[in-house]
Amino acid sequence: MRKPFFRPLAVAALLPAALLTACGGESGDGANGGSGGNSGNTIKVGVLHSLSGTMAISEVTVKNSEMLAIEEINAKGGVLGKKLEAVTEDGASDWPTFAQKAQKLIKKDKVATVFGGWTSASRKAMLPVFERNKALLWYPVQYEGLESSPYIFYTGATTNQQIVPGLDYLKEKGKKKIYLVGSDYVFPRTANKIIKAYAKANGMEVLGEEYTPLGHTEYSTLVNKIGEAKPDAVFNTLNGDSNVAFFKQLKSAGFDAAKLPVMSVSIAEEEVKGIGVQNIAGQPVAWNYYQTTAGEQNAAFVKAFQAKHKGAVTSDPMEAGYNAVHLWAAAVTKAGSTDVEAVKKAAAGLSLDLPEGKVTIDGPTQHVHKTARIGVIQPDGLIKEVWSSKEPIKPDPYLKSYPWATGLS
Amino acid sequence: MTTLLNQLPIGLSIGAVLLLIALGLTFTFGQMGVINMAHGEFIMAGAYTAYLLQDWAGSQAVLVALPVAFAVAGALGWVLERTAIRHFYGRPLDTLLLTWGVSLVLQQAARDIFGAPNVQVVAPSWLTGRVEVLGGALPYARLFIMALALACVAGVWLYLDRSRQGRRMRAVVQNRELAAVSGVATGRVDQLTFFIGSGLAGVAGVALTLIGPVGPSLGTYYIVDAFLVVVAGGLGQLRGAVIAAVALGMLNSFAEFWTDASLAKVIVFAVVIGFLQVRPQGLFVLRSRALT
Repeated sequence: MRKPFFRPLAVAALLPAALLTACGGESGDGANGGSGGNSGNTIKVGVLHSLSGTMAISEVTVKNSEMLAIEEINAKGGVLGKKLEAVTEDGASDWPTFAQKAQKLIKKDKVATVFGGWTSASRKAMLPVFERNKALLWYPVQYEGLESSPYIFYTGATTNQQIVPGLDYLKEKGKKKIYLVGSDYVFPRTANKIIKAYAKANGMEVLGEEYTPLGHTEYSTLVNKIGEAKPDAVFNTLNGDSNVAFFKQLKSAGFDAAKLPVMSVSIAEEEVKGIGVQNIAGQPVAWNYYQTTAGEQNAAFVKAFQAKHKGAVTSDPMEAGYNAVHLWAAAVTKAGSTDVEAVKKAAAGLSLDLPEGKVTIDGPTQHVHKTARIGVIQPDGLIKEVWSSKEPIKPDPYLKSYPWATGLS
Repeated sequence: MTTLLNQLPIGLSIGAVLLLIALGLTFTFGQMGVINMAHGEFIMAGAYTAYLLQDWAGSQAVLVALPVAFAVAGALGWVLERTAIRHFYGRPLDTLLLTWGVSLVLQQAARDIFGAPNVQVVAPSWLTGRVEVLGGALPYARLFIMALALACVAGVWLYLDRSRQGRRMRAVVQNRELAAVSGVATGRVDQLTFFIGSGLAGVAGVALTLIGPVGPSLGTYYIVDAFLVVVAGGLGQLRGAVIAAVALGMLNSFAEFWTDASLAKVIVFAVVIGFLQVRPQGLFVLRSRALT
């Protein structure tokens, strides 16, 4: 007899959980190889971002700006007389998948370089793949520093170009007691180590330090804890969709920018839209670029991007991704080859005028000199600069020039 | 101490969210035994319904969306049941894989239609305030979700216990063959059960726009918790789901208060796994004379 109903098993509840976490596996094989991509009439370049999953909200926009830069370069005749051909892969917000897809881009597609990643977890997963294959990754997002791989160029800010200026700003505003909130992975945990060292040396007090899993959406308990601790300000390193839940629930519990400033380092113009500007207006953020940043280069970039993506905003990581493509192309042109070692050599000291202003690659660290900018979220969803470092700050991923940071790395 | 007391209403409100997202599953999973991994995407469909209705209903979209989302998500569920799931009755693992695939397709569809970034649903102004309870703030949005959860439970209870259709549904759950020979059109009952279960997911989705992100990944954040509640409560048991949701909400609230969010998740899972070792059938068991 057909039995339309199965006897429910207790394990049935765990199956979905197992399925959700079990997707994706590590690409284990190590192999030697060099740079390819330079065959035929095109140069292949890899574009590797999360186009699905929790990080897609942010990474798709970076992919779009990288594609714009590639198109711009092609419109001007390409590099070394060859057009660029983008090979796009989906990292699916899953770190092992990033490593796997990076391996595929390098070995199978033989790309000349890869532009990709957002979370530090994805970068850490890809790092050994690029080092093993002696291939090149351009990583376009601000991160926690304390890293300098010879096979990665970091076009986003390191800590002394974003987090330290953010803290300087809070200190300047007289915020002495701070509360740390972050997603539970490498960037927030490392960033908070640095923040605590800074606080100790600068007479600030850290009242609490809380982490929530990526994709966490229930913040009422955390808001209650913050309310109890009564900090002057919150330093927020949450990532992805959690920011939406955090700010919605913080605001509905009665904490707005006037009552409790929340300095964020992962919220740009794009994220403001999803959070809802009424929930976050007036809050400060720390970046190196805003859509409103002055300058001809930026006006052209915003115009070109919005021509392709109607109603879209441009943000710091998008600009850094756009910069990465142009910097790589300039380095290849200077080197006269896509060979990784030649490109690295040509990139050292290379300087370009880009949307955020003058950007120079620092040879030894492979980071870039960037201007720090603190902005405040406006009622129209854009971000207005309220403070800037005026000059580009030299990248210092290990914070060697900051006495309070000794012993961190 | 006052903060500790604050955790009580917070636990209740977490419980209300859990109950709302799980209520639909007590139908599709609890009553019909279908492991529907696409349940989360029906929640997402409800949330996007509220987003779309904003153009038309303005700031009252959340209210207008409640019945509309019920219909939209219910229709999605009905189509899924008719076109796919009914061919897989009695094959739980195949159904699990099938609906998981459907959930991925729906997520990508949302990404293509609405774009990958989150969209914004503006809460009505009368939901933006808060009341002071035990020295802490309880937002109106949370109270609204609690009231909505209560209303849904009452509605479901009335339907199952007091209506002719509900009686048929229970008859089919308890003994399909006997119900069929007694003249109950079991196929039609299956369709209706799936429609209601999916529709309730849509209602939950509308409520979640008040507190969380509205994006293609929305469903994935809630699906595991929803299954957790249904299994801990006992399949097909409304009161089990209610008690399990509130208990898990409280546990979550206090565990997070004393530890942190990551550890609270671990504690909740550990407690549920431990509990299921003692009572594999969940809090309550459906007594049935069916010889399954």
